[in-house]
Amino acid sequence: MNIVVCVKYIPDPNVPNEMDGKTLKREGVQGVLDPGDEYGVEAALQLKEQHGGEVTAVSMGPEGAIEAVRRALSMGADRGVLITDPALHGADALVTATVLAAAIARNPFDVVIAAVESTDGYTGTMPMTMAELLGVPQLTFVNEIVSSGDAFRVHRQTPEGYHVIECPTPLVLTVTAGINEPRYASFKGIMAAKKKPTETLSLADIGLTPEDVTVQQDVVDLHEVEESRETELVRGDDAVARIVDYLAEAKVI
Amino acid sequence: MPADTRLLDDESRALVDMVRDFASQEAAPAAAGYEASGEDPIELYRKLAELDLTGVPFPEEYGGAGASYLTYLLVVEELAAAYLALAIGLSVHTLCAFAIHTFGTDAQRKELLAPLARGEMLGAYALSEPEAGSDAGSLATRAERRGDSYVLNGRKVFCTRGADADLLLVMARTGGPGPRGISSFVVSKGSQGLVGERKEDKLGWRSSPTWMLGLTDLVVPESRRLGEEGDGFRIAMASLDSGRLGIAACAVGLAQAALDAAIAFTTEREQFGAPVAHQEGVRFMLADMATQIEAARRLYRHGAALRDAGHPYTLQAAQAKLFATDVAMRVTTDAVQLHGGYGYITEYPVERYMREAKGLQIVEGTNQIQRYVIGRALTEGA
Ligand SMILES: Cc1cc2nc3c(=O)[nH]c(=O)nc-3n(C[C@H](O)[C@H](O)[C@H](O)COP(=O)(O)OP(=O)(O)OC[C@H]3O[C@@H](n4cnc5c(N)ncnc54)[C@H](O)[C@@H]3O)c2cc1C
Repeated sequence: MNIVVCVKYIPDPNVPNEMDGKTLKREGVQGVLDPGDEYGVEAALQLKEQHGGEVTAVSMGPEGAIEAVRRALSMGADRGVLITDPALHGADALVTATVLAAAIARNPFDVVIAAVESTDGYTGTMPMTMAELLGVPQLTFVNEIVSSGDAFRVHRQTPEGYHVIECPTPLVLTVTAGINEPRYASFKGIMAAKKKPTETLSLADIGLTPEDVTVQQDVVDLHEVEESRETELVRGDDAVARIVDYLAEAKVI
Repeated sequence: MPADTRLLDDESRALVDMVRDFASQEAAPAAAGYEASGEDPIELYRKLAELDLTGVPFPEEYGGAGASYLTYLLVVEELAAAYLALAIGLSVHTLCAFAIHTFGTDAQRKELLAPLARGEMLGAYALSEPEAGSDAGSLATRAERRGDSYVLNGRKVFCTRGADADLLLVMARTGGPGPRGISSFVVSKGSQGLVGERKEDKLGWRSSPTWMLGLTDLVVPESRRLGEEGDGFRIAMASLDSGRLGIAACAVGLAQAALDAAIAFTTEREQFGAPVAHQEGVRFMLADMATQIEAARRLYRHGAALRDAGHPYTLQAAQAKLFATDVAMRVTTDAVQLHGGYGYITEYPVERYMREAKGLQIVEGTNQIQRYVIGRALTEGA
């Protein structure tokens, strides 16, 4: 099975983010593989363990984004691709999808895996756009892969429960954090990652021109989230039951 | 603020990141529980093996990861910051593996080092005896030659992992009195005549088993002797040089955890209308703690760099062990102080850190013995 997993390099979410005008400040900030993408990498590795084949980790980003690719390689992916180009600075979700689709389409694939949304941008539109551009169906919000092969059967998470969906390959699949427990990269995995093949491609290498990646999205304004610090003390004999109700309402349990 | 990784190479940084993830998600949350119950965290050792962390500094052909000793110490420091007894366990395991790697024949490395490096087995180191602690060269355990075997009789004390270890490096006397009469042997768990006589109850490191071992007519084949007859003390001391850097790394990790806890607490806790960390008296304490920790870290890393480059490092290892463990004692004591009453109760981890620091000043040569080693090196040469 040819498995592609999209990996994004983002500013470390454990460090308070800074803005650079209307985009997130990325230069000089310690970056990491988007924690949400670790689930995608794990899902890809599990598919490979079941079916054999190869896992390719693909990223678009600045040169430093090779770190995210390498992290996927150290977890067990076989090869890495980074698309980096000065023309891609400030890319929006549509541009990202265009670039990733063009890079992925160069080789035959069975499944492309991405997270539902990134932990820095949160638009949650890139994977669907990419599927459309690749001309393949998409299975979104997947929290369980029931069976896989020439067709996939998955559980698609909904607010009330899940849908069971089947779909033939090739396809795009987005995974939620509930789907698996990502493995740690072992030390030998980290060392082996250095020797695995990685390709760094420019826009021209994937057959795109700067016009193809013109940003059409306009961020009009930005607002800080208002922090609510309201605290309700729950006391009395029915406190436990009320807290359970509250957690259920918040869909935590 | 965890140790600065900016000057590490990419691979070491990736390793430290991985160990931090593992340590913070799996080791740290379990530490207090294991320490309270005294249960051996065998599950966590298994995970260390899965992550290839049980044989970091040994060659790949013997099941290791083929990395430098410095790299290995980075792992120890990170683990110690999360769960000291686990890091100690790894350090003692490595002490045993080191001896086999350095002094064993190729056959012994294949048979004994490889399973240790892969973490399928855990090793231990049995030198101390009831009447021979700091003066280990006077040990009394006998190893009598009988055909192509040896028969061991005696008693070992304070053996970390001891009766629970799969392989034990045992120092015993094959010749006359003094260090030159000592040989070293690798003994397997469950050998007839090897008895765990008592598991000690301790001030700290309660989940790191410490055993008194009885050796009664214990038969060890000659193929399990490391080096020649009479090499045993040299092997034991060379292993300790290496091990002391591990203890120093443990001390730095522990002290860092105590400092981080003290910073978190004092910036949160308010008295006199402001966080107590706004008081200069508190800040100066934090400043001294942080500065001493960084100096200790540089000392052990310097010793490791010398070792990796093939230079003698006995002196630097003793300096690192002495300084880092004394720093850990001071810093953990100050961390308790900065928590006020909260530092004295078990709800906060710092009282445990303080108990744990004490052991570091005693093992692998008390800090008096480190000064002895340093003084001798300065006046007589190493
Ligand atoms: C938790 C724990 C784990 C241990 N694990 C191991 C292990 O795995 N394997 C192992 O072999 N041993 C182990 N030990 C033993 C440890 O190495 C010894 O306890 C240590 O070497 C000191 O020996 P001792 O306890 O006999 O003290 P002693 O040597 O009796 O020392 C008593 C005091 O006298 C001081 N002293 C002794 N000689 C001198 C001198 N020449 N100059 C100045 N002061 C001196 C000492 O510093 C100490 O303060 C462990 C000990 C502990 C507590």
